[in-house]
Parts: sequence; C-alpha cells; structure tokens
Amino acid sequence: MIHAGIDIGSRTIKLVVMEDGIIKISKKTENTFNTIENCKELLQDIKYDSITATGYGRHLFNEYFGSNVISEIKAFTKGTNYLFPNSRTILDIGGQDTKAISMDAKGRIKKFEMNDKCAAGTGRFLEIMAMALRFSLQEFGDRALEASESEKINCMCTVFAESEVISQLARGADRKAVAKGIIQSVVNRSITQLKKVGISEDLVFVGGVAFNNGVVRLIEESLNTTLCIPEDPQIVGAIGAALEY
Amino acid sequence: MSKYDEMWTGLGIDLEAHDSLLRVLGSAYKDIYLKQENRPKGMEYFDFVVSELHGLRVKELMDARANGRKVIGTFCVFVPEELIIAVNAIAVGLCAGADIASDAAEEYVPRNTCALIKSAFGFKLAKVCPYIEATDMIVGENTCDGKKKAFEEYKDIVDNLYVMDLPQMKSEVGKYLLKAEYKRFARTLEELTGNKITVEGLKRGVKMVNDKRKAMHRLASLRAAAIVPISGLDSLLANQVFFYDDPERFIASVNAICDELEVRIEKGEGVFPKNTPRIIVSGCPMAVPNWKLPHIIETSGAVIVGEEMCTGERGTQHLVDEACETIEDYFDAIADRYFKIDCAVFTPNDDRLNHVKQMVDKYKADGVIHYGLQFCQPYAHEAMTMEKILEGSDIPVLSVETDYSQEDLGQLKTRIEAFVERLQD
Repeated sequence: MIHAGIDIGSRTIKLVVMEDGIIKISKKTENTFNTIENCKELLQDIKYDSITATGYGRHLFNEYFGSNVISEIKAFTKGTNYLFPNSRTILDIGGQDTKAISMDAKGRIKKFEMNDKCAAGTGRFLEIMAMALRFSLQEFGDRALEASESEKINCMCTVFAESEVISQLARGADRKAVAKGIIQSVVNRSITQLKKVGISEDLVFVGGVAFNNGVVRLIEESLNTTLCIPEDPQIVGAIGAALEY
Repeated sequence: MSKYDEMWTGLGIDLEAHDSLLRVLGSAYKDIYLKQENRPKGMEYFDFVVSELHGLRVKELMDARANGRKVIGTFCVFVPEELIIAVNAIAVGLCAGADIASDAAEEYVPRNTCALIKSAFGFKLAKVCPYIEATDMIVGENTCDGKKKAFEEYKDIVDNLYVMDLPQMKSEVGKYLLKAEYKRFARTLEELTGNKITVEGLKRGVKMVNDKRKAMHRLASLRAAAIVPISGLDSLLANQVFFYDDPERFIASVNAICDELEVRIEKGEGVFPKNTPRIIVSGCPMAVPNWKLPHIIETSGAVIVGEEMCTGERGTQHLVDEACETIEDYFDAIADRYFKIDCAVFTPNDDRLNHVKQMVDKYKADGVIHYGLQFCQPYAHEAMTMEKILEGSDIPVLSVETDYSQEDLGQLKTRIEAFVERLQD
C-alpha cells in the first residue's frame, strides 16, 4: 500500500510518499497565495492509496481533495518516532509556530506547548530579523556563531523587535552580535516551552529552523546536550501524516 | 424594520449598529447552534430566547417597569438575585460577550484590559445593548483589579451605577464584609423600589433562585451519562440564559429539557457517539454570545460534560439554606452561600481546584481545558497551578488563552485537536 502525507505549513508545503514503511518520495514547494494550486502541483503524477493532511492548511486540503486529517502535533510525534525511536522530547520551530512535545516510551503525546497567536520566536521571526540585518538565512546563523558577545533583544514582538534591532545597529552595535542576540532570544523562548513539557532525551529538533546552525548550536550549549536532527528536518510532519492512514 | 424598532429607539439604541449586531449574532447562532446534530427538542425554547434576545425579554422588562417594577443590571455571580426578587425587582445579566467598539472602550480602559470588561464598555458606548438602557440600576463589584478600576470609569458613561465591595480572603472578617455589603445593597434596593425587605420577600427570592439552581444541577447531573444526552454548547446556553430570563419560565424550560434527557439516557440516545472524549471546561466566564471555544471543542471530536465557570457550576453550585425565620437569618444564609463561590479573585482559592477535580470524577471527564481571557491575571495564575496539580494526578490539561476575536481560531483548533488526539491515544 502506498500512503502519502502532506504537511501544509504557512511557508512551505511538504509531501512524503511511503510504501511499506519506507520513504519513496519527498517533495517540497513554497506555500504562496493559492494553497490549493500549490498542492495540486506538488501532487502531480503522484500515486497513492491514501493521503493524510496536517499543518495549518489541513482542513482546507481535506475539503478540496478529501483526505484524513491529523494535527501537526500528532504528525510530528509519529514522524519523529519513526526516525528516532528513542526520542522523548520534540522541539519544532516552523514558519509561524513553535511547538514543544513530550512523549512516553510508547510514542504517545504526554504534553505539548504551542506559541500564542503571534510570530515571535518562529521561523518567520528569524527571516524578518535576517532581512533587517541584511543577512541571508544561511549567513544569519553562521555569522551569529562568530560573535563573542551577544546584544540582548528585549522585544519578542516581531514588529517591535525589528525596530529594536534597527536602533541597536544605529547605536553602532556589531551586526554579528545582534544576530546572536536575536537567535539567543528565540532559543530562550523555545527552552521555556521545552521546560513546560519536561525535557528528557533523546531531544529531537525538527521544522525548517533546524536548518539554522546558529539556533542548533545555541540550544545545545544552553541545555548542554546534543540534539538529534533529521537529515531533512522539514519533512517530519509529512512523514508522520503518511504513517497515519 | 423590526416590531421592536420603536422600543429600541425609545431606549436610545443606535438602530443601524444594532441591526448589524443582530445579523452577526443570528448567523453565528445558525452556524454554531443550529448545525449541531441530535439536539434535544426542548432546546427550541432557547432558540426562541436567542431569536428574541433583544426583543421579547426587553419588552417584558419595559412592561414590568411600566407597572412600577425596577430592573437591576448585573455583571457578576456575587450579586444576590434573592435580594432583588425580595423587593419585587428583576435581575438581568448585562451584555459583555462580544467584541463591540473596543476602540471606543480603549478611551476609558487600558488596551491590555480583558475582552469581557472592554465589551461592557463597548456595548454601552456603541448603544447596542437594550438591557443596559432598560436598567434602573447597574451593579458593579470589586472582583478583579481590572473590573474594580474599570467601574471608576464606567460611572462616567452610565448614570445609575452602584458598586459593591467584595472580600478577597475566606476569613471571618471577609464573611462579615460580604454580609455588610449585602445589607447595604438591600437598603439601596429598598430605596430604589420603595419596597421593604421582608421575611416573606426573602423566602420567595431564596426559593426562586434555589429552584433555578436546582434545575441547573439536574441538567448537569444528566451529563454524567455514558452517552452524553446534550451538547456542552447547549448546556452553556442554558447557563447563559440563566442570567436574564424570567425565572419561573426558565425553571420550567430547563426541567422540561431534563425530562426529555432522562428519556434519551434510558434509550441510550445522545449527541455524540459513545467513547467521545469528555472535557471539563474551567476558567473565565463566557457571556452571550461567546461560544467560540466550546464550538471549537465540540467540532474537534470531543464533548463538554461540565463548565467550571461563572456561566456554569461556579455560578450555580450551593443553595441558600431555606430554613430561616428572621431577616437576619436570611442574610446569614445568603452570605454563607455566596461566600462559597470560588472565584479566582480569592486568595488562597483551593476550593476551585478541588471542585474541578470533583467534576472530573462526577462527569467521568478525560481531560480539562482551562480557558483564560487574555489579560485576566487571576485566572492566568490559577491556570498554572491547576495544570501542574492535575497533570500530576494524571488528568490531562490544556490551557488556552484567547479573547473575542476570530484571528486565533486556526491555532486554537490545532491545539484542541491535538489535545483530543492525546486523550484518544
């Protein structure tokens, strides 16, 4: 049987096709203003017996294509378990939300936390801050790690934080140190969420922000641990969806 | 054109704004309430009440006023309806459950004030609440700091505000204060109505309000059935209408629904399939038409089996002792009953946590969803304690904070669906 999972995130749509428990196809596309069209393109020539949708566009997808639906939290839990059977805690930082999930030994959700209705501490926040510093996303993390000091960011609201960054630069602060400060603020926020659900190892970091070396290194330093990161941290939700049929 | 236009105009209602409010309310009710499946037939009464929300009931109040009775508007479960009935006046809960004119409200209260308080200002400032306009006296009360300070401003926009002080600790002094404040309130009611507080009046008031509560207790206990015979949304509506319907008609209507539910339970009929995850909602009050969270919960594969809220068991639990002989006895009995209300403005407030635990047992709930209004400090504090303690005794808790806006629907739905999945695992 061929099972597909589609994770419709705010910034990226991810598709995974699995056959007999093995990943056969994984594809991504940017989510633009027309989610249904983006999904159609992604699904072109893809054959499957069942499809399960997750991500914030899951209900829209179901209405249009007819699918199973699961929450991102369940999808990430299943996907992470598939990739790392010893995992007990998940941190997912995606485009517009951050989640911390703890699981029991059987891979069931024990507790989860999600950010409130704003982009603070999410991938989108980092994107906007990188732009304000004129860094590419790749550079953003790497340069931040070169800084010895970090400039403290007080505002967690994306809009206010951007003006705070601009005034730090105007004050002559080092761009790398500002970048490090921004990343540290995201890391601190994520750790607070992780502590609420309880951190036990293995700790897996997923979602698009897990591509950012700066975030990964600073979390590891703060928690004095090594994070498990999938080869492609963006497709974990889609894997989990493909496993739920 | 509505047959009530003349009455509304007479009350100073802004007809255009009011029409659009009623339109929004009507379509929300249709989408949220009328689309539910397997509703008890008795809910037709409440459908009618909502369809006449600002019409028939307001007309009844106006007719009663024409006959010399007084109408007392309230915002809180600490205001003793017994005393209001004892002087032959009528109590009505005032509108505070929708996002109305918050910009205008923010000229009186800070931005980071909860939606409930802002709404009380918004309804008045936008001139869309005929209840506010139909009152002879509005009772404010010193519960949380937000309300306490807001009433200082509210008196500038209404001309009939009375503010009641409330204790913050369950001490002897606290109870003395409550009783003294109820006596002061009784004197004010006597002056307003020209009617004396008598043993007979108190007896009538206490019995009437107890009967209202008993009807709600009966409804609540039927929700413990394995196949839940009524939705949480419908039960919430009954709890909301509790605050402004004619008491006798309300009691009869709720008891009629209970009769029907008993038959349903006997036949094994219900609103959701057996084994649907069962939820207790606990937290801030949900005033009409705030149906946002229960709607999300009950369209995400769960059923609400109890509300630990002012519009729920916090408001209706405990009866006033009816075995009283003197006015003084009655004041003691009334103060005793109201003093047990476990609102989060009290410190410490362990009773509330214990009540939630009891409700989980009684209604066989699988989990608790704590509902906090954004910027409501007392409930935000207690949410943290509740989550720690209940999770520690293996009762799953999801704590959400929201307001009356619709912009966080997606995020709330994701959390609630995931919580329901957790309960099903």
